[in-house]
Amino acid sequence: MFSRRSDLQLERDSLGRFLPWLIAFMVYLSILAMAGMLSLNNLAERWNSGLSGTLTVQVPPPESASANDAIRLDAIVAVLEKTPGVVRVERLSEDHLLKLLEPWLGSDAAAGDLPLPRLIDVELESSAAIVVAALQERLNAIVAGTLVDDHGIWLQRLLTLIKTIQALASAVLAFIALATVGTVVFTTRTGLAIHQDAIEVLHLIGAQDNYIARQFASRALMLGLKGGLISLGLAVPTLWGIGHLAASLETGMMPDMSLPVSGWLVLGSLPIAVALIAMVTARLTVMKTLRKML
Amino acid sequence: MVRFENVGLRYDLGPEVLQDLSFSLGPGSFHFLVGASGAGKSSLLKLMYLALKPSRGLISLFGRDIATTARGDLPALRRRVGVVFQEFRMLRHLSAFDNVALPMRVAGTRESEIQRNVEELLSWVGLADHMAARPPTMSGGQQQRLAIARAVIARPKLLLADEPTGNVDDTMALRLMHLFDELNKLGTTVVIATHNESLVKRLGHPCLRLENGHLKLEAGEGPNPRASRMNGK
Repeated sequence: MFSRRSDLQLERDSLGRFLPWLIAFMVYLSILAMAGMLSLNNLAERWNSGLSGTLTVQVPPPESASANDAIRLDAIVAVLEKTPGVVRVERLSEDHLLKLLEPWLGSDAAAGDLPLPRLIDVELESSAAIVVAALQERLNAIVAGTLVDDHGIWLQRLLTLIKTIQALASAVLAFIALATVGTVVFTTRTGLAIHQDAIEVLHLIGAQDNYIARQFASRALMLGLKGGLISLGLAVPTLWGIGHLAASLETGMMPDMSLPVSGWLVLGSLPIAVALIAMVTARLTVMKTLRKML
Repeated sequence: MVRFENVGLRYDLGPEVLQDLSFSLGPGSFHFLVGASGAGKSSLLKLMYLALKPSRGLISLFGRDIATTARGDLPALRRRVGVVFQEFRMLRHLSAFDNVALPMRVAGTRESEIQRNVEELLSWVGLADHMAARPPTMSGGQQQRLAIARAVIARPKLLLADEPTGNVDDTMALRLMHLFDELNKLGTTVVIATHNESLVKRLGHPCLRLENGHLKLEAGEGPNPRASRMNGK
């Protein structure tokens, strides 16, 4: 598969000088697409694991100032605490609510000015099987209009959006792989045409197709690795820049999109994968072309 | 060694340049292939070194029918044939040493053996001082000797040469012919296409004469007419 010596002067082909750059740009785009895909995947997993196993109970604000808010909430909390499968019940304070709304309303907003619902965060056992509709019915009997949100609908929509974006990123990766294959096929065919006479001589003195194909494959591998290294040199600062920009934004506005170590390993292996694709493509192209010779 | 039966060759849809060639060359024979320019000498050699397929007829090389031989087995047959191309066809970017080493390298010979054999042969053809030279920097005669060295380095059973003395003076031509004779004495079957009728007469080997696409065998005047047959006779 791999040959160090070259009887053909492949390194002098002008196309060979451009191939690393073409591969570099394609691998660069693949790394960005793959990084986006992995970040979204990571984000979806974290949202999923963060929100599954929790409920948010939303109690409407009291209709009149005379109504005793604390008594209503105590009754709701008591029902929740007695519900099988509930591990923890935490009433969110008004200050906490305002903190959550601060990115939209600013720090001057006061709870008294707004008809804010009361929120209760409920943590469930991992194996808990709570029927949300039944629980909501029981809570409504205490305070009408109480909502129990298991985040299912929101999470489902979010996951659908993420999966759509991931499908698009996958399509981009597939197109880039196809473009790489096409570029290598074109370059290899041009190389075969340029070196036709030398190839014919090798063929006539008894060289197997493999012997000739190995030389093209080795060259494509080296050019692919060179292009891959260039792309890594471009992609690492780009990803670092995007990460830096994301980190500088308000955390409430921008989710943490950092990559796990496995994600970085996948990105690092992309240039090698593309170089291998280039090598195999070159080899297959040469073998196919040579089969037409006697 | 080589057997042609009713072989015809045409290029694309043109007329047949070679017609009804039937002959066989025995092991260890030496033949000149003569004929006017355009008579088809190079085409006949190309059929013999498997660069072309005949339009019709049967070609057998080393006892194997070429038409039924698997493509993957042809390189092994080609390695048993040494060819001196008319236009040399050396790889311009490789040194003289590497050009001559090519047939051994494609056959997977060890580098130590290649080194020894190539140096010895280049010395024998008078190119010991030009091992690192590239063909474009060498004279026509030097390239000719280089081409011959490449053709014989792997000790082929069949040696085909297309006008191997075309670019050298008479002294060098005679010297090269003696080289072919030496190889022939070692058992190599030799076919040399040439215009040089005086050389043909001088060496006295039998001739394959091509005229109007047809071949006829002329017995040699010298002492070396080894086994060959025409049209089954």
